[in-house]
Amino acid sequence: MAIFNLTVNGKKTKVDVEPDMPLLWVVRDFVGLKGTKFGCGMAQCGACTVHIDGQPTRSCQMPISSIDKKAKITTIEGIGEMQLHAVQKAWIEEQVPQCGYCQSGQIMSAVALLKANPSPSDQDIDTAMSGNLCRCGTYDRIRKGIHRASDMMKAG
Amino acid sequence: MKNIDTSRRNFLKTTSLTGVGLMIGFNSFGKDKTPKKLSQVGNAVLDLEINPFIIISTDGTISLINPRPDMGQGSTQAAPSLIAEELEVSLAQVKLIQSDGQSKYGSQQSGGSSTVRGLWTSLRKAGAAAKEMMIEVAAKRWNVSISECYAQEGKILLKNSTKSFSYGELVDDASKLTVPKNPKLKDPKDFKILGKYNKRLDVPDRVTGKAVFGIDIEVPNMVYASILHSPTIHAKVVSIDDTEAKKVAGVLQVLKAERQMPHRTSETVAVIATNFWAAQKGRKALKVTWDNGDLSKMNTDTYFASTYDAAKKEGIRYEEKGDFNAKFVNAKQKLEANYETPFLAHAPIEPECAVVHQKEDGTVEVWAHVQGPDGALGDVARYFGVSKDKVKINVPLLGGSFGRKAYHDYLNEACFLAKILKKPVKMLWTREDDIAQGPYRPGMLSAMQGFVDNGKITGYHHHAIGESIVGQVFKGLAPDESDPWLSGEISTENSKYEFPVAKVSWTNVKTDIPIVWWRSVYASNMGWGQECFIDELAQLAGKDPLEARLALIQDVRYRKVLETLAEKANWKEKLPTGQAKGLAVFASFGSISACCMTVSKNGNGIKIDKVVSVLDCGYYVNPDHVKAQTEGNIVMGITAAIKGGITFTNGVCDQSNFHNYNVMRIKEAPKMEIHIIDSGANPGGVGEPGLPPIAPALGNAIFAATGKRIRKLPFDIDNLG
Repeated sequence: MAIFNLTVNGKKTKVDVEPDMPLLWVVRDFVGLKGTKFGCGMAQCGACTVHIDGQPTRSCQMPISSIDKKAKITTIEGIGEMQLHAVQKAWIEEQVPQCGYCQSGQIMSAVALLKANPSPSDQDIDTAMSGNLCRCGTYDRIRKGIHRASDMMKAG
Repeated sequence: MKNIDTSRRNFLKTTSLTGVGLMIGFNSFGKDKTPKKLSQVGNAVLDLEINPFIIISTDGTISLINPRPDMGQGSTQAAPSLIAEELEVSLAQVKLIQSDGQSKYGSQQSGGSSTVRGLWTSLRKAGAAAKEMMIEVAAKRWNVSISECYAQEGKILLKNSTKSFSYGELVDDASKLTVPKNPKLKDPKDFKILGKYNKRLDVPDRVTGKAVFGIDIEVPNMVYASILHSPTIHAKVVSIDDTEAKKVAGVLQVLKAERQMPHRTSETVAVIATNFWAAQKGRKALKVTWDNGDLSKMNTDTYFASTYDAAKKEGIRYEEKGDFNAKFVNAKQKLEANYETPFLAHAPIEPECAVVHQKEDGTVEVWAHVQGPDGALGDVARYFGVSKDKVKINVPLLGGSFGRKAYHDYLNEACFLAKILKKPVKMLWTREDDIAQGPYRPGMLSAMQGFVDNGKITGYHHHAIGESIVGQVFKGLAPDESDPWLSGEISTENSKYEFPVAKVSWTNVKTDIPIVWWRSVYASNMGWGQECFIDELAQLAGKDPLEARLALIQDVRYRKVLETLAEKANWKEKLPTGQAKGLAVFASFGSISACCMTVSKNGNGIKIDKVVSVLDCGYYVNPDHVKAQTEGNIVMGITAAIKGGITFTNGVCDQSNFHNYNVMRIKEAPKMEIHIIDSGANPGGVGEPGLPPIAPALGNAIFAATGKRIRKLPFDIDNLG
């Protein structure tokens, strides 16, 4: 076991875990933020997507020891703390989720996409979002949701 | 599984025979003639349970019980909407409670696309009865006739006045009344909620990480478990070397455990730890020797070879009109073709898990994402050997299911551990467990025969071949019986094709690979053979696929579905060479669904340009639920056609995770358009009926575009061979 200092959603926190424990389990079971989900354990489904310094990252394949102690980790709970993020609002408007289990990861990928590319085309969306699986089949609404969020962000 | 066994089997059996408008047999509404006072201080009632589904408190709180767990299909909104419509409350003002399996709530199984059609009348009656009681009390207090009172937004109002009582103010007196047996239901034209677009109120929680799924449950003093299963699924443990496993920090214990499936129990090895990562690491460090019996012979290749052998022989007849065999022998224009569908994993995005705790007093508490809390209650009580009143079932949200979480092997595994550990245990499957351990949709073969005469399809035979769900899961299939879940789906009663000569038959080919229902059950397999072969016969008859179908069908609703599809998908549109459309229609779970695909040649493969689906599901709760479910069915139906496919070699599943069990990703998702027909018929299913026509519509479109007839799923859309 070893002590790791983390900054999660702007809050400093300390965990005492095995160095090879993936960030996913640290965040869920030690920091107590359950919004980030386990889907495959091998970075194939994207349900565990979080941001590390703004970059979408599959947390199930990220050992805690490999994370820079100054890194800023953001989870689904951290993107709209004061008020909902435009992507979350757009997801509600388009009624994107069915079961919703993959949507934390979808939203984290979408937020990062819009930051890098405020006006993505369908093709840009497909490229950026193809690491996130949805078994309920909400893909068409995810595209609509991202376009809507893009419009909302541009309108301020 | 006994609870599910009888209800689901009877229910599907009846459904397939009667088509639409089935009421699942549950009459819990009005079981108690008088309302039940849940809490009382002195003589004052605080919470009144008017019937099992409605609790009104004197503080004004209105709670509605949702008797169907939500796996993404929207039951948390759909079921309470039925009550709220008649009770005259808005969903925003009520508290929702998930039912806990108790028998007073009747069948609580989310399955068979049954929520709305099964509860359509009973839950509305529950709401209407409560409203009538409130009106009666208010009328007495105002000393007016009940016709001068009306309900709105949780209040009773007096016409032509500003007077009103909230339901909370009326509860105490209402508790003294008898619950009306036959309350008057609203005319559908007066519906304010049902049939209208409404946003799901639980979506905000699902986009902020607040929604609580099975995997998110945490209870004090909980330990975690990861279970090593035999690669051949069924096996006995010969030896366990846990030396390395026990060295893993956090590992508490290693024990021999069991996985109880309905038809078979296998031995397993469980690693118990202080956290899931440690449990999983410990499991990887185990060295276990298994006795796999003769299961190394469990191969999908040999299974399918047996189905093709069976196709050459006569099956058990389910239906026959005319002497098919004699006419087929003499027919001048005839066809034979075999259509194959693979085994499939459900792969819900949330893996199987459960938290179970047997307390010191022997009572058991369960937190599990099951599709049916009533079935789970029975299974858990049986497992622990306690009466049902000693078991409390809590049902969090399901992160997808598609039938998987109505099969309680994983719940039984957690029960086994809880019984030994005497502390709360969270058992979580890995994705590898989910993909490689089953149960699966069975792989099936449709052996088709048919003939045409004078440009008309005049003879048709569908011989369904494969393992039986009723047979394997419920041990409920007699040797001379055709699987009742399947035969109804492929009967001409269901397809409405009025062939002059027709036969439907069945042969059971058994396998040790565990199988179970998967979204739309056998319809997901059988639509492929039926609808592709109709196109083959249409071509032989020289007819357009739409015209050939309309020539066989007189049923008004089916015709309307096909005609609407033709109009919305612009069926007759002239397309450039290399682009074409294909269609299919299939009825299941009381609804009729049709799909048209437009595809284009793309190198040696094709790409899907557009999908248009039409659904007649009768009355529905929320058009957006219907659309969302149909969109999901399009994605899952295409996935089932061009992705995945579970295979077994020498007893072991060849797939293990999403890198080799592929499912559709966003870049492959086509543009889609859904049209709902407002037929005003009795409610049909919504969660599943959209799926069966998808694969055959694609197969038919590919033939139209390329001349290649695909008969085996899955196929490579980028290389048709």
